[in-house]
Amino acid sequence: MKLSSMLIGACSVLALTATAQAETITIATVNNGDMVRMQGLTADFTAKNPGIELEWVTLEENILRQRVTTDVATNGGQFDVMTIGTYEVPIWAKQGWLVPLTALQNDAAYDADDILPAIAGGLSVDGKLYAAPFYGESSMVMYRTDLMEKAGLSMPDAPTWDFIADAARKMTNRDEGINGICLRGKAGWGENGAFLTAMSNSFGARWFDEDWNAQFDQPEWKATLDFYVGLMNDAGPAGASSNGFNENLALFQQGKCGMWIDATVAASFVTSGDSTVADKVGFALAPDNGLGKRANWLWAWSLAIPSGSQKQDAAAKFVSWATDKAYLELVASKEGWAAVPPGTRTSLYENPEYLAAAPFAQMTLDSINAADPTNPTVKPVPYVGVQFVAIPEFQGIANNVGQQFAAALAGTKTVDEALAEAQLITTREMRAAGY
Amino acid sequence: MARKVTLQRKLGFTALAWFLGCIMFFPIFWMILTSFKTEIDAIASPPLVFFQATWENYQLVLNQSDYLKYFGNSVVIAGGSTILALLVAIPSAWSMAFSPTRHTKDVLMWMLSTKMMPPVGVLVPIYLMLKYMGLLDTRTGLVIIMMLINLPIIIWMLYTYFKEIPSEILEASRMDGAVLWKEIVYVLLPMALPGIASTLLLNLILAWNEAFWTLNLTAANAAPLTAFIASYSSPEGLFWSKLSAASTMAIAPIMVLGWFSQKQLVTGLTFGAVK
Amino acid sequence: MATAHTKTLSRIMNLPSIILLFIWMIVPLGMTIYYSFQRYNLLTPSRRGFNGWFNYEFFITDPAFFEAIGNTLLLVTGVLAITVIGGILLGILLNQAIIGRSIVRILFISPFFIMPTVSALIWKNMLMNPIYGIFAHIAEFFGANPVDFFAVIPLLSIIIIVAWQWLPFATLILLTAMQSLDQEQQEAADMDGASTLAKFYYITLPHLARAITVVILIETIFLLSIFAEILVTTNGGPGTASTNLTYMVYNRALLQYDIGGASAGGIIAVILANIVAIFLIRAVGKNLEA
Repeated sequence: MKLSSMLIGACSVLALTATAQAETITIATVNNGDMVRMQGLTADFTAKNPGIELEWVTLEENILRQRVTTDVATNGGQFDVMTIGTYEVPIWAKQGWLVPLTALQNDAAYDADDILPAIAGGLSVDGKLYAAPFYGESSMVMYRTDLMEKAGLSMPDAPTWDFIADAARKMTNRDEGINGICLRGKAGWGENGAFLTAMSNSFGARWFDEDWNAQFDQPEWKATLDFYVGLMNDAGPAGASSNGFNENLALFQQGKCGMWIDATVAASFVTSGDSTVADKVGFALAPDNGLGKRANWLWAWSLAIPSGSQKQDAAAKFVSWATDKAYLELVASKEGWAAVPPGTRTSLYENPEYLAAAPFAQMTLDSINAADPTNPTVKPVPYVGVQFVAIPEFQGIANNVGQQFAAALAGTKTVDEALAEAQLITTREMRAAGY
Repeated sequence: MARKVTLQRKLGFTALAWFLGCIMFFPIFWMILTSFKTEIDAIASPPLVFFQATWENYQLVLNQSDYLKYFGNSVVIAGGSTILALLVAIPSAWSMAFSPTRHTKDVLMWMLSTKMMPPVGVLVPIYLMLKYMGLLDTRTGLVIIMMLINLPIIIWMLYTYFKEIPSEILEASRMDGAVLWKEIVYVLLPMALPGIASTLLLNLILAWNEAFWTLNLTAANAAPLTAFIASYSSPEGLFWSKLSAASTMAIAPIMVLGWFSQKQLVTGLTFGAVK
Repeated sequence: MATAHTKTLSRIMNLPSIILLFIWMIVPLGMTIYYSFQRYNLLTPSRRGFNGWFNYEFFITDPAFFEAIGNTLLLVTGVLAITVIGGILLGILLNQAIIGRSIVRILFISPFFIMPTVSALIWKNMLMNPIYGIFAHIAEFFGANPVDFFAVIPLLSIIIIVAWQWLPFATLILLTAMQSLDQEQQEAADMDGASTLAKFYYITLPHLARAITVVILIETIFLLSIFAEILVTTNGGPGTASTNLTYMVYNRALLQYDIGGASAGGIIAVILANIVAIFLIRAVGKNLEA
């Protein structure tokens, strides 16, 4: 009897294939704080857009990326809005996988011209916007004003790498658990790959020459990596090769880092309540090496509509709601100006209320404006992108190259070995990809 | 005549067993403990054993995600696939156990070998197939996939279990004129019930914890608890207590089920090893 | 003996599962073989075309390939060694008269119920982290330097995590097998003055042979395709120190989106898995007879 009732249960369950309602749009998004906050404001959207329901698929970054990429490339149609980054947008747009947001661009109320030019440029192909930025970031130096003072130094607004290295070594006091500098070491194209690529730009290195030949055998890369490994050995935290953004954030918040060069969005975390050093943090531009390029990157988490979506109009309404000026005001009214998603709109950086609430605002804006995706490093390059190379093969290659750099940092390989491996990996992959 | 167990010996083994058991369980204990800490306490140094416990993480997680939806999908996918697989596997195991041929061993081995393809290697073919059948992000699709994945192990377990049953009993019932389905339902199944129960349990556990297909073939509708975890695993910032709370909620149902049914699990996992 | 009629019937009963599994094997396998000869990257669909043996050649000449095979075997044998030996010892222990045995048993089997990703996250964040992890605090307490597990001993760390998940399974099976051990035989040996070690070697171990075989077979199948634990903890690094074959395939499939390459890698992994299986069956398969 039991078995038969279980069978009936199983069959009825099988019959219950989920049928989507007429206007429910599915949004794939990353589990970062700003996005989770957006999810919490769903009610505001549904109140303004009756008849459209929102389904959220919130995933951590790597799983999100593999899910949306598989889906968009197979035209799977599982998502109506996808959260993607500056790296994916130009590649996908060229494949025709994204719907151009021309309606938004022409909407006077949305005011697309208000989007920061550097950010908008990274999300456009041939002048057409393919994704709307939800929040944008560059990278900059965050440092402890008290420790800097103790070391008898003062941070310039635009420091050089030599100053950073000197200060880091002077601030380090391992008996007290103070590391002069915390930098990303965890392997991954979005982790140490992003940081080291941006850093290498300031050393004059590049991923590829004009003919797509890998450049890891060039002296600029060796200089970058020698400098990085040496600095981290002298002044970095233990286990640095496992530290990504999250780990370094926690270290800095607990007062274990003198300096930290990372995403500008971190500024609001290190000056907020969770941080034990909130009132002792200063900001400066990412360092340079006198070559005219700074080690800062450019990234924007953005909302795009895949061409496979059956509900593109509803999806466009959502994208507009989540990225317009009113959304910023909505967040500000609920959680204060410091909590609004930064780095997307010029008007935000002209808003005195925001500037008063966010001491890091000006430095964030300057850092974003200092990044030039079309001209990232000293020498000419055939690619677009500051801390990445906007070709489909890049994330796979940069993950493996990042592993080599992590091995060099962990000390299991020398810098020369790691660079030789990186050169080999990149050359092989580029040959297979037909460059 | 039972062997004499001195008290000393018993206490010694008890102490050792409890000590090792606590070590084995410690990671889980620590995760559950962390789920009741604030984020700041969670990464305190030295680690805190005594602290002000809080339900805040659970509240946050429940507010942010529709736990019941994920939970329901997990139940349907793990339960549905296991039951479906049992329905297919029981006749098959019966056939191989009671009328074996020269090829039975090979067939069994071949069945196991279907599990040797790394799932990542076939994701895109399967994704495309499900898309054409309209089964992406449906519980039906996942029930079928999970059923196929677990089928070899289920047949294997049932086979070894059925092997233990003397075939004379089945033959006797046949002499009495029982038709085949009666033979299976009224004679074989009751005898093999402990084995079937433990097969069911083991596969529930395996299907519940399967995190590749369930994650990559679902979006909003059919996502089970593995996807629920993926929305907490590495956000910007270290949120270990929230992650611990979510993890505890994801594993609690299956762990509690496992605790209550450990007797059945123990008896069934013999794989005929008792023989 | 079964009649001819029931024989036919039993063949028919066996058919559904054979047909289902055959389809489940042949369709993905066929598609994978087909793709493995194609130049097919999800992100550059326009470059699709026949690619000969290139994907295979490319996969095998990957500098990480032989290391990955070595890591795969190390991972499998390492976990098998820990779980089988540990399982026998724990089985013996749990087979003793113990106060509160059922609770102790729960403590031991619980790790088996944990999702692989969750257990990898627990170990990585809360136990093995060189700054916040319990092991680091223990080391500091004794005045030692914390070990940076995933940088210094990445593969061993993963073996420990995976072994923790599978030890309960081995313990359970071996424990049940032990419970059926013939008491009289034991006592006879006792009378003859056999040492504990001799009893274990001549009585217990042969009795466990079949159970050990089952543990090895089932675990090997799961261990050959482990990658979630690697993905969560080390991403195969540092360098390629903890990359196994499955992770290499993952790398091609979901980081490069190179379906052709991933398919070739998948086929190579299947072939190698079958070689391992043949060896295994040669080595331990005879225990499955009877």
